[in-house]
Amino acid sequence: MRKTTNNMNHLLVYILLVMFAVIVLFPLLYTVLQAFMNPTQSTLYPPKLIPESWYFGNIENVFSLIPVGTFISNSFITATAIMVGQVCIASMAAYAFVYIKFPFKKFWFILFLSTMMVPWEVTIIPNYLTIKSWDWLDSYQGLTIPFLASAFGVFLLRQFFLQLPKELFEAARIDGAGHLRHYATIVLPLSRPAIASLSVYVFLNSWNMYLWPLLTTNSEKMRTVQIGVSMLQFEEMSSWNNLLAGVMVVLLPSLLLLVLGLKQLVRGITAGAVKG
Amino acid sequence: MRDGELTLQRLKSENVVKVKLRVKSTKLSKIKESSLGYLFLAPSLLLFSLFLFYPLVKSVYLSFHLTDPRGRVAAFVGFDNFTTLFASELLWNSLKVTGLFTLMTVPAGIVLAIITAALTHIKLPGMRIFQFMFSMPLAMSVSTSAVIWLILFHPTLGVFNYLLSLVGISPIQWLPDPSIALLSISIMTVWMNFGFNYIIVLSGLQGIPDDLVESAKIDGAGPLTAFVRIVLPLLSPTLFFLSVISIIGAFQSFGQVHLLTKGGPAGSTEVLVYSIYKEAFVNYQYGTGSALALVLFAIVLLLTIIQFAFVEKKVHYQ
Repeated sequence: MRKTTNNMNHLLVYILLVMFAVIVLFPLLYTVLQAFMNPTQSTLYPPKLIPESWYFGNIENVFSLIPVGTFISNSFITATAIMVGQVCIASMAAYAFVYIKFPFKKFWFILFLSTMMVPWEVTIIPNYLTIKSWDWLDSYQGLTIPFLASAFGVFLLRQFFLQLPKELFEAARIDGAGHLRHYATIVLPLSRPAIASLSVYVFLNSWNMYLWPLLTTNSEKMRTVQIGVSMLQFEEMSSWNNLLAGVMVVLLPSLLLLVLGLKQLVRGITAGAVKG
Repeated sequence: MRDGELTLQRLKSENVVKVKLRVKSTKLSKIKESSLGYLFLAPSLLLFSLFLFYPLVKSVYLSFHLTDPRGRVAAFVGFDNFTTLFASELLWNSLKVTGLFTLMTVPAGIVLAIITAALTHIKLPGMRIFQFMFSMPLAMSVSTSAVIWLILFHPTLGVFNYLLSLVGISPIQWLPDPSIALLSISIMTVWMNFGFNYIIVLSGLQGIPDDLVESAKIDGAGPLTAFVRIVLPLLSPTLFFLSVISIIGAFQSFGQVHLLTKGGPAGSTEVLVYSIYKEAFVNYQYGTGSALALVLFAIVLLLTIIQFAFVEKKVHYQ
């Protein structure tokens, strides 16, 4: 008796989960299926969900309609630069907060903390004017440099550095290693898990950035994928398949990153949540 | 004797020199260490000063001035920007819209995350697949989400209206109808943020020790009762954190509005950040734009302070 109710409950759990999964994944599945549908089939009413055959014309169209290759490489360069920069700069600051003795450490730490309370949108007007006055519109500097410092990265790495065994530091000291060597040859290599989490998190966020590239890039040569996709929207509203094929192309790198780095990403996201 | 005294004296003086030397060298190494500390902080501090502290001050400065379209200050106007702002429809409308948007996205998003995270936290085979599927929306950016939903929302050819027609409901004007547009954008936003909320709640659940729930079950509580009585209270810090983050996130929304409705129809979806964007980068009113940005800052600051106060209390309570 008890066993059958248990089985019934388990079945119910699976039914609910499948239902939720269908709802959550539907927009993504729809995108992929439409991207491979040929134009004649896609205009039928009632709408078809499953393509008759795999048709690659839409994806080819995307590449001829907008310079997707340029957009992807722009986004890739921007996201990689922000990722590398943030990891370097944040790890240095985190190292200082954990291992180096210097006056007013507490003050600086609270100052770093307080920067997290300022939403980026609040500073966007002066930052835009700054970038413009430096002639950095439509440039990689303009897209990346304002994002290289992050208090979040400092906290995430600091938390990890604090858990590293202190004996390692003392041993290195006795061997005559200074801070620079300790930072570069001991702390950084040991912190690979935390650095990986921060990297995946920062890369994805930078890849997905919308408002800042919208404001600071005007030329097609410097646009990022996120803005490029919306360009496709205005050029190609008549043909959804092309539009959705474009979305799929843009999504592929993020999905790939998600498959490869989900564990790191989850650690990055929850670092803020769990430690408060 | 004399020799002895001499040696003693020499020893003493040597020691003094040694001590002095040591004091000098520790002082030197202390200075060296401090400057190294500041050197390591320097890149962060420089960037924060340029792109965070200076812009904050500049925002306050701009909000007291009129500017020309190139952003140059034309005249000092005191609190005029604020008084016109507080007397205008613009601010109150966008605060109302942002508030409604928050109400429509945050509770729904959190409830959905709790249900799905709780279901995938049950120890049954195949849960990892569901956990991965529910994390997939994490990859979505605001522009890819908006483009997909723009097509789903299409009044005549979109899937939603087709599905409604199957059950005999007449088509809904998802985006052009001023009374529905904000709801449509909210639905899309809940979906877009689902992956993030799910991950946070799931990791909160994983942090709760299993034996607590098990012992409740042994005491005769059903799984649902055990969840409501035991798990939810233990999950409350996570949920509180998620609420604050989500509310702040809702106040920062921009992309979906820009892509789907441009704030329309009739201002019914004009959220706060969209108003800032419109004032500053469409109307070139950097002064009022900055004033609006400061209103946003004040709201987010208040929310953060509330969170800190709450978390402090929580810690003392335990």
